[in-house]
Amino acid sequence: MIEENIEKKDQNHVDVIVVGGGPAGISCAITLARAGKDVVLIERGKFSGSKNVFGGAIYAQPTREIFPNFEKEAPIERKNIEHKYALLGEDDSTVISYKKRHEDPVSYTVIRAKFDRWMAQEAKKEGVVIVEETVVRELIVENECVVGVRTELEDYYCNIVVLADGVNSLLAKQIGLRGDIEPEDVAVSVKEVIKLDKEKINDRFLINDDEGCIYELFGGPMLGMLGLGFIYTNENSISIGLGITLNELVERKIKPYEILDKVKSHPTIAPLIKDGEVIEYSAHLIPEGGFKKVPILYGAGVMVCGDAAMFVNNLHWEGTNLAMISGKLAGETAIIALGREDYSENTLAKYQEKLEESFIMKDLRTYRDLMDVMHDKSEDFLGYYPKKINSFFEMFTSVNGIPKKDLYWKFIKSIFKDRGLSALFSDFTSIIKLLWSILR
Amino acid sequence: MNDSKKDLENKLYTVKYNPDSESHLTPVPESCANCRSKACTFVCPAGVYEWDEENNRLIVNYEDCLECGACRIACEDKSLSWVYPKGTKGVTFKQG
Repeated sequence: MIEENIEKKDQNHVDVIVVGGGPAGISCAITLARAGKDVVLIERGKFSGSKNVFGGAIYAQPTREIFPNFEKEAPIERKNIEHKYALLGEDDSTVISYKKRHEDPVSYTVIRAKFDRWMAQEAKKEGVVIVEETVVRELIVENECVVGVRTELEDYYCNIVVLADGVNSLLAKQIGLRGDIEPEDVAVSVKEVIKLDKEKINDRFLINDDEGCIYELFGGPMLGMLGLGFIYTNENSISIGLGITLNELVERKIKPYEILDKVKSHPTIAPLIKDGEVIEYSAHLIPEGGFKKVPILYGAGVMVCGDAAMFVNNLHWEGTNLAMISGKLAGETAIIALGREDYSENTLAKYQEKLEESFIMKDLRTYRDLMDVMHDKSEDFLGYYPKKINSFFEMFTSVNGIPKKDLYWKFIKSIFKDRGLSALFSDFTSIIKLLWSILR
Repeated sequence: MNDSKKDLENKLYTVKYNPDSESHLTPVPESCANCRSKACTFVCPAGVYEWDEENNRLIVNYEDCLECGACRIACEDKSLSWVYPKGTKGVTFKQG
């Protein structure tokens, strides 16, 4: 029996097993395969991307680091040329837009079920063994070292396991790298992909055939909540959705899809999606805990990357790029460890060092206080002020026979009446404190 | 059926599922009976959970699950047993 076990262990042994075939897992696996290592990628979906959801855009520069020719080869929808920041009031809106036709596009919209699948196929071409429709149920730990994974059918052994198993990462929890995720640390995101003619998309968003426009939506039905909405343009469809912090949903007893329906019927948004057909509804969690909620990132025989590691920069709407680069850094660390045949915590600590030197931990650290302030002040910063900005423009654009000076004073008085001097002062100091924490 | 429920059904109609014959979501009946918030009944994007007042139990429409994990984290005393559906089962996003 023991001999049989040892034999099985040998047969099912590879250098590295990567759990999860999203951007982090694929980037890690392909980095290892390119260095000639034996790597198996285990994906629970029918194919890579089939369980994955995001807003809409991947970033060009970090994607090129993994797939230098992706702009020519990968299934891409549109290159984004415009960001619109829409402050929605109850029935009005103020929109700021930045538009530039970059020679080198910054981001592209993609359909995950197509794009992730393409990435996985590329990884396969480079030698990664991909096992699909397989769920890793637990990690195999021997002498406090991770030595393999247990799937529904079989045990697989390896020198290093890389966890890229997504925001819920049950495996990181199993081995104590993280505790329970709290409701304030994730946003529940719901999204619809709405089919619309290419020409209609171009006309409504004032873009050409291959160009895209991104809307970031504040307020509206989410006024006062820690939640934001988004619109992305795909080639022949529009992705519209939102993310609201889970504790807001719990406390307010609201259903995320009801808020989405209200966003869709807001007078500023409704004309953009009019006559479109919903072709897919989806939902996902966004890890939003930030720097303070990053789990332990490595242990003997194991590293954690991507969403499983809370690697999301929520202010800049970055996630897939942090996933790809953290996956790559985990891959590079594994190559060093394999070279030394040393898979101890000590050697894998190199992963943390690489992360600290990269934009990933630097950016997360820069915004370490952001979520505290936003949880504290969401009613004000995402409720009161968006409303006030809209009411300013309502006043400024009104023509009603009332002398302008009277209008201005009425508006100024309303600020102090609605908010009070001490509240305004507290808002001001928390903004200054936040800015200082970001810049110092 | 109210409008909101109907609207949700229309949304879920667009999702491709391959449901398992057994649930991957297992609440603990005593915990649910004592739960005050019943948060899972409104935070779930797929409306998987319904509270059956008459029988004092949680109905779990696990076939509709989008596998996001919101219920697991919102569960008041973390008693809900939440695992991924088997490899060939559950949701398959065609867009995502």
